[in-house]
Amino acid sequence: MNLSRKDMLGIVDLPREEIDLILDTAESFKEISTRTIKKVPTLRGKTVITLFFEASTRTRTSFEIAAKRLSADTINISASTSSVVKGETLIDTAKNLESMNPDIIIIRHSAAGAAHILAGLLEQSIINAGDGAHEHPTQALLDMLTIREKKGTMEGLKIAIVGDIAHSRVARSNIYGLTKMGANVAVCGPAMMIPRDMDQMGVSVYYNMEDAIKDADVVMMLRMQLERQEKNLFPSLREYANHFSLNRDNIKLAKNDVIVMHPGPVNRGVEISPEIADGPSSVILEQVTNGVAVRMALLYLLSGGRK
Amino acid sequence: MKKKKVVMDAEGIERSLTRIAYEILERNKGTDNLIIIGIRKGGISLAERLREKISAIEGTEIMSGTLDITLYRDDVLTTGKRPEIEKTYIPFPLDHKRVVIVDDVLFTGRTIRAAMDALMDFGRPELIQLAVLIDRGHRELPIRADFIGETLPSSLWENISVNLTDNRDADEVVIEEG
Repeated sequence: MNLSRKDMLGIVDLPREEIDLILDTAESFKEISTRTIKKVPTLRGKTVITLFFEASTRTRTSFEIAAKRLSADTINISASTSSVVKGETLIDTAKNLESMNPDIIIIRHSAAGAAHILAGLLEQSIINAGDGAHEHPTQALLDMLTIREKKGTMEGLKIAIVGDIAHSRVARSNIYGLTKMGANVAVCGPAMMIPRDMDQMGVSVYYNMEDAIKDADVVMMLRMQLERQEKNLFPSLREYANHFSLNRDNIKLAKNDVIVMHPGPVNRGVEISPEIADGPSSVILEQVTNGVAVRMALLYLLSGGRK
Repeated sequence: MKKKKVVMDAEGIERSLTRIAYEILERNKGTDNLIIIGIRKGGISLAERLREKISAIEGTEIMSGTLDITLYRDDVLTTGKRPEIEKTYIPFPLDHKRVVIVDDVLFTGRTIRAAMDALMDFGRPELIQLAVLIDRGHRELPIRADFIGETLPSSLWENISVNLTDNRDADEVVIEEG
């Protein structure tokens, strides 16, 4: 089976069978990262460019490692050190990169739809590494891989996503994916951080943390995105933490075998207390490991052989 | 209707594997540092049967693993479909080991080339040997098998398939016109 697409822009239009294909492939790729020689020759001669207009450690490094373990050549461009600071537009930058014949371009941008613009413009495969508050498909895929590994399936699980849902591309991509895979998704946050269209996405909405995480199989805490907050969306971080932080008291409401996830970077003491982030239920670092495998799978599945 | 001919039955396969097991032991002078690795998918159950036989003959357990060679294929990106990747299971370094790779049919030799490249990423084996149930000829690379169940000269448009069953009584090797 093949992916039916040139690009990976979002989870919204990704059918369940293709999600399964990506996760199955990723599961097989995990073993490569445990070898003495952590490299296979599959993408020899392919060039992968990461084009990041927003800060990132995890995602950019993860893509680069994934590409290198498949023997692709990688070039990293970050906006702060590129001609973007001289005023070059996104489209001009992309057109110029295209002229150097890369095979896959991975883009992160603060504007929703940036990856879609490149995908329409360029022949290369485009992977969306996060576009504004819109989608972050590879994060959702690595989250789904982690849940499937830990729980065997996503079908029927209660999965609580807690935080600033409105500004979170991680939440949006996960909601699309997890509901497709049959999970019961509960979102929770302060009222002004829950978008109005939420019930149409097939999730239940809670404004109270205790109700949201009660009997949950998975609790996914979102990073409070201080850089995306407009002024005065909430009175203070401390008040937010009082109501919406995962801690050793409220986690007892979830199932005994609950797993705790976080896309990183963690604001310790804001959305999650340190003893939970580092505790036995936390799978935060396994998410990072799975991120490399999922990205390897995507690079493999999107490469070559297309007419 | 396609012509189909059974060229090896369950007993024949069993006898071939028994002989190959003895040959492996003879050539390697026992089981020291011996590892059997089956190539997905056709070599997996053959490797398992050889491991059982060798362990039974020598009265000692030997190590085994499975290898998916897809990512090392020379046509992995040029065929229209992305081949499915299955798990590779070689949880030990191959340094100084005597590795016997097992596959069902030896044909062009390209799979074995890929397998050898893959194994080198798990260490530096002392040697690599190849065991196959059927050698059908038509090599495209300078590769040969060390242990062969049966040599079956075939034409390029024929299909040879090794069908192994779980309870082993309906095992067969068939040759069909393609």
